[in-house]
Amino acid sequence: MKTNKKSIWVFGDYRNYYQNRVTLQLLSKAVDLARTIKAEVCALVFGHEIDEWIMEYTAHGADRILAIDHPLLKSYSTERYLAIIENLAKERDPEIILIGATDFGREFAPRLAKRLKTGLSADCVGLDITEEGLLLQIAPSFGGNMLAEIITERHRPQMATVRPGTFKEIPHNYKRKALVEHLPLPDNLPAPRVRLVEYERSAEREHSIENAAVIVCGGRGMANKNNFNRLHELAKLLGGGVGATRPVIYAGWADHGALVGQAGKHIKPKILFSFGISGAIQHTAGLGEADFIVAINKNPQATMMKMADVAIVADASDVLNTLIKELKKRIRE
Amino acid sequence: MNLVVCLKQVPMVTELPWDEKTGTLRRDLAAGMMNPACKHALEAALQIKEKYSANITAITMGPPAAQEILREALALGADRAILICDKLLAGSDTFATSWILAEAIKKECPKFDLLLCGAYTSDSETAQVGPQLAEKLDLPAAAYIEKLEINGRTLRVRRLVDNFRETLEMEFPALVTVSMENYEPRYTTLVGLENSFNENSVIILDAGALGINASAMESQGSRTKVRKVFLRKTQKENVLLQGTAATVVTEFLNKYQRKISAAIGKSIEEIKPVHENK
Repeated sequence: MKTNKKSIWVFGDYRNYYQNRVTLQLLSKAVDLARTIKAEVCALVFGHEIDEWIMEYTAHGADRILAIDHPLLKSYSTERYLAIIENLAKERDPEIILIGATDFGREFAPRLAKRLKTGLSADCVGLDITEEGLLLQIAPSFGGNMLAEIITERHRPQMATVRPGTFKEIPHNYKRKALVEHLPLPDNLPAPRVRLVEYERSAEREHSIENAAVIVCGGRGMANKNNFNRLHELAKLLGGGVGATRPVIYAGWADHGALVGQAGKHIKPKILFSFGISGAIQHTAGLGEADFIVAINKNPQATMMKMADVAIVADASDVLNTLIKELKKRIRE
Repeated sequence: MNLVVCLKQVPMVTELPWDEKTGTLRRDLAAGMMNPACKHALEAALQIKEKYSANITAITMGPPAAQEILREALALGADRAILICDKLLAGSDTFATSWILAEAIKKECPKFDLLLCGAYTSDSETAQVGPQLAEKLDLPAAAYIEKLEINGRTLRVRRLVDNFRETLEMEFPALVTVSMENYEPRYTTLVGLENSFNENSVIILDAGALGINASAMESQGSRTKVRKVFLRKTQKENVLLQGTAATVVTEFLNKYQRKISAAIGKSIEEIKPVHENK
């Protein structure tokens, strides 16, 4: 069932469907791009008992689904998926392949691009079509402080991993129809060399600050562990997370997982509260994508205060305590 | 056991000017350092060396100044260091870089058991070179590992990916990319650093030494092209608040109550608009 129409492929990354809608977001953008380059949108669904995903991807914009339903694909396997898509891509020659920048996608996509001898850009925060009809890939670098426009001129497919949350999904329409091709598992599939010994769902990341909308960061200016601990209270009120600078980690006031900056997490909150932080580059390198920064520091000359949208010149702990008290009065569900 | 650690020197800044003529960032303008995740990969290698005894080769591609991080690696306990340095190779994307590294590894340490990379770099942040190197050298591989154990020729790794905690096993030779969750890097001692400069122990390879010429670059080189790099535009508000904690907090909350309410998904807007600003 080959077609001469150009095709945009979207990898169906359904493993965390209910927490992460990146595949639906990519389908929506693919529909958009497909209109411009006159292509069809094709979703790839590999797994076992996958009817639900086929239905969802159809309802969210796929024109065609390439599906392989087999017990051997019950759990994600980078190596099996690689072999499957490599074969399919060589046979059908897609114009574009989009993959969600989940952990899985960011390990899988580079290997696929290497096998297909084509280019790949990472964790894109924007996609478009250039005047020449090429996929314009906008990728962040330097902790999101800089953006790069990347194109793959001569090689196909043009590939990108795309950050979850970048695009808005199209509302579902269960009346939509897609051409569903149920394909057999290729019989030359190599046995994976990486064995999955055990795996379990883990909630460890759920409270990770990497995806929090509000983050409360504290630095050495919090003076002691007790003061620092109150940041958790503010974060809880705001439904956010707590971040820290390197000296705070060394002082033992916070765990390494809270480290924000060059050697730690890169954060992208809607609002960042920065308490008692001077703004060394090792820290600010992780703040490139914070939308709105409120800095509280006694020293108005601190780098962090100059970077901030709102600079509050006052004792960080005093402001923290007052803010907690006031918010408790004001917050209504 | 033979270990190879791939390292990268990254600029110690959050932004760099873009050179339109060459289509690259002016990396020469900033001081360099060893990429943080690479330090964790090196630390993992050093711990393997201490536990099982191993030979560590540190390898990087970059300008002559990238020797600095190789000296640092030697000071920390690497046994051998290789710098791939050639103007022909400048501006390589991950497709090209993984190929060049693979060529150097095949030439200089073909008998490696384990290849370690940092999970991603603080500058371009693609996290792609490790997985692409595994592909080029046809190795079993795992990205973002937090812990590894070696039993004979079997490597067992632990990692957290997309809300799943996984334990994986594979046979040597293999490749891992190391996350920053574990393997907190040790410090370089001054004596170690001095000694690393006394020995002439950095091997420098140019493109010719790897059999790479302009036509090979054409067929195996970069697939992507960077059209432009620009600073993320942000409109800063530049508001300065001063006074007692009580006054600044009230002023702040009144001025930004809408913004805060939207961000937290709950209302903090005052019911009685007594202090409502204009």
